[in-house]
Amino acid sequence: MNNFELSMRNITIEFPGVKALNEAKLDVRHGEIHALIGANGAGKSTMMKVLSGSYTHWTGDMFLNGEHINIRSVKDAKSLGIETVYQEVDVALIPYLSVAENIMIDEMIMDMHGKHFVNWKEISNKAKAVLKKLNVNLRVNKKVEHCTLAEKQMVLIARSISRNCKLLILDEPTAPLSNKEADELFRIVKDLRDQGVAIVFISHRLPEIFSLCDHITIMRDGKHIVDMLIKDTNQKQVVEFMLGRSFEENYPKYEAEIGDIAFEVVSLSDRKMLKDISMHVRKGEIVGIAGLVGAGKTELCKALFGAESILSGQIKKDGQVISIKNPTQAVRHKLALVPEERRKEGVLVAESVYKNLTLPSIQQFSKYMFMLLSKERKVAKEMIHDLGIKTPTENQKVKNLSGGNQQKVVVGKWLIADADLYIFDEPTKGVDVGAKKDIFELIGRLVNQGKSVIYASCENAELLSITDRIYVMYDGRIVQEVKTKDASEDEILYYSAGGNNYERQI
Amino acid sequence: MKDRFKKFNFFEFLYNYGTVFTIFIMFGFFAVVTNGRFLQSGNLINILRAMSIVTIISTGVTISLVVGGFDLSVGSVASMTMAIGIAMFVWYDQNIIVAIVAALLAAVVIGLVNSFMIIKFNIPDMLTTLSAMFIFNGVSTTFSKGKIISQNMIMSDGSTSTGLIPQVFRNFGSVPQIIIIMAALVIVVHIFLTFTKHGRYMYVVGGNPEAARLSGVNVHKYKTIAYIFSAMLAGIGGLLLAARIGQANPSAGAGYLMESVAAAFIGFSFLGAGKPNAIGTFVGALMMVSLSNGLVMISVPYYSMDIIKGVVLVLALALTYYRKKD
Repeated sequence: MNNFELSMRNITIEFPGVKALNEAKLDVRHGEIHALIGANGAGKSTMMKVLSGSYTHWTGDMFLNGEHINIRSVKDAKSLGIETVYQEVDVALIPYLSVAENIMIDEMIMDMHGKHFVNWKEISNKAKAVLKKLNVNLRVNKKVEHCTLAEKQMVLIARSISRNCKLLILDEPTAPLSNKEADELFRIVKDLRDQGVAIVFISHRLPEIFSLCDHITIMRDGKHIVDMLIKDTNQKQVVEFMLGRSFEENYPKYEAEIGDIAFEVVSLSDRKMLKDISMHVRKGEIVGIAGLVGAGKTELCKALFGAESILSGQIKKDGQVISIKNPTQAVRHKLALVPEERRKEGVLVAESVYKNLTLPSIQQFSKYMFMLLSKERKVAKEMIHDLGIKTPTENQKVKNLSGGNQQKVVVGKWLIADADLYIFDEPTKGVDVGAKKDIFELIGRLVNQGKSVIYASCENAELLSITDRIYVMYDGRIVQEVKTKDASEDEILYYSAGGNNYERQI
Repeated sequence: MKDRFKKFNFFEFLYNYGTVFTIFIMFGFFAVVTNGRFLQSGNLINILRAMSIVTIISTGVTISLVVGGFDLSVGSVASMTMAIGIAMFVWYDQNIIVAIVAALLAAVVIGLVNSFMIIKFNIPDMLTTLSAMFIFNGVSTTFSKGKIISQNMIMSDGSTSTGLIPQVFRNFGSVPQIIIIMAALVIVVHIFLTFTKHGRYMYVVGGNPEAARLSGVNVHKYKTIAYIFSAMLAGIGGLLLAARIGQANPSAGAGYLMESVAAAFIGFSFLGAGKPNAIGTFVGALMMVSLSNGLVMISVPYYSMDIIKGVVLVLALALTYYRKKD
């Protein structure tokens, strides 16, 4: 087994206006899974981009097995055996090529050595061998565009180890995966560790870090805070190091007065996924939608908002039957959707914060079709202040904000629009603990004002701590409705997984 | 504050002021080599007159770019309205109102066809309007049977046409009317895009259609409006061209496509806007047209002019797109 002991020391990197890394350090060695953790904006991704050669202008020292090395390009990193699987898998894959071609692409680019013809048989055999090494069952001539997200991730991991991989960086690999898919990933990661590969594992999810990793490095504000063995620490301590203060893990439940039924759907179905959904939300109530990835939570949220066409069913608001065929009508009926894919569906990244905030309520800010620009700005500024959105000015482009602050912008725009029913679809995805708490506080404020909230999430712990009632979805149906105060994480998981007769322990 | 001056970023400066900068250099250069003739008021008015039609058509392209589309059919729309307008006078003896309304209706129909194909069939904007460009070029040449439509032309039955083009119509194409029309349209489109909610919606649709849709914006409606406006502006451009030359050449509009597209793209970077905008488009057109004008004045042969125009275009675009890597 080859030795691979990498040290990064005093790594500093500056971008116009920000010091993204400030004397950061990291030690990783072969045969260990090293967790790298920190709040959003702590510098984890930047650190990994330095290591993988994406950034050239860093200062500091790197050592491999005691010898000085210098990584200034992706090629430098790859020749040392450092490979990265980024969170956005689609960026790195070529959708219309096969699994085999995608796995072997580095070889096809780097190792042709003057050959001009491709030996397809060899490519496919090699790809098969790599997948076999990972113990993954995937057809190599399948087109990548037809693969699931988890399969795409496997393809990327396979690509990384197809060449001489010594260090594998996984940047939030489990964020989009279901529990079962994540377990499969963990098995592969452990296998790789046992084969002597060093692994850097970035994640926001503490439980999986504690069950998977050996070592942990915590970063905050671009600095190295501490590194420890996992067995010497606990989740609470890690969160304290991440935030620089202690943090209550259980989110407080905001109690609000629960009123009449505000919104109701009766046997709603769509073309593909949803079957016979009936549910209701009362004023001041937070209703959770639980279910595994692929159970139809997102489809339901979108269908309620008119963003996905429905086949049959009735929607009632305040007792009146209403018709919602598209989001424009939904907004008119004072519904709001905070969609799952924040950057793709929630915000206009290239537009300023204030334009994003006022988008659904432009009607309020225009008179005879002309914009009331100063009023618009004033209201946006108030909202920025009110929600504590961290931005230098209201003119900042949203793409320069951190994930949590982008999410606040998405929520903020519906607050300005003064909606009655807020539908949240995985609002805490990719958001750090601090911002998460802010979002929950916000939801608490909403129900206190008598608004209704639908909260879809696969984080059952979150659902249990903030909702009043939970509908559990499985395969496009609502299979169970539970009162939150009587339910347990086990019970929700049981119904999410397709069980149908849970016996509560007393 | 001192710090900010120190961190003067050359490329940022070029990005924001590059277009203006290029125009100044160009004007300076031409002024020197023509002994000041280039800057005489007569010539400046000449430039404004020559750029008016390009600018108007280009403003249409700009609106299509704002919603994230791309209207390549503007040239053929101009040819269509030109042919229909003149034919209304010459062949059918109609009055000016009928001629203008008929021509602009044709433009609106093309805009509707474009947006219908884009929205209902999901064909990418550029391909839809590329097809429309071929189709309506063909329609306008078929309509005029491949001939130039003019007063006293020989009809297919051997007779001579009797209709006349009214002087009121011709006047639209002369100075100062044509320049005033251009300025008015640019200002109206600028106000529409910048200060009305509809303009805001259009930029939003262009920025992220899915986010716009999920915020309750009627994306299809605004795409349709954008393509109708684009076609109408191209149509107005075609009518003004007809008014200026007093006849209809069935493919005259096609020549305006490329300059209009270039002007709209140069306009992106005007004063750091970073997105399509009417004033920038005006500046882009000013740059393209004054360059042609200056080159004629210093007697660059017409067959070599495109080389220089292309080089200046690529330099202007380099200023827009070259940002320092971060």
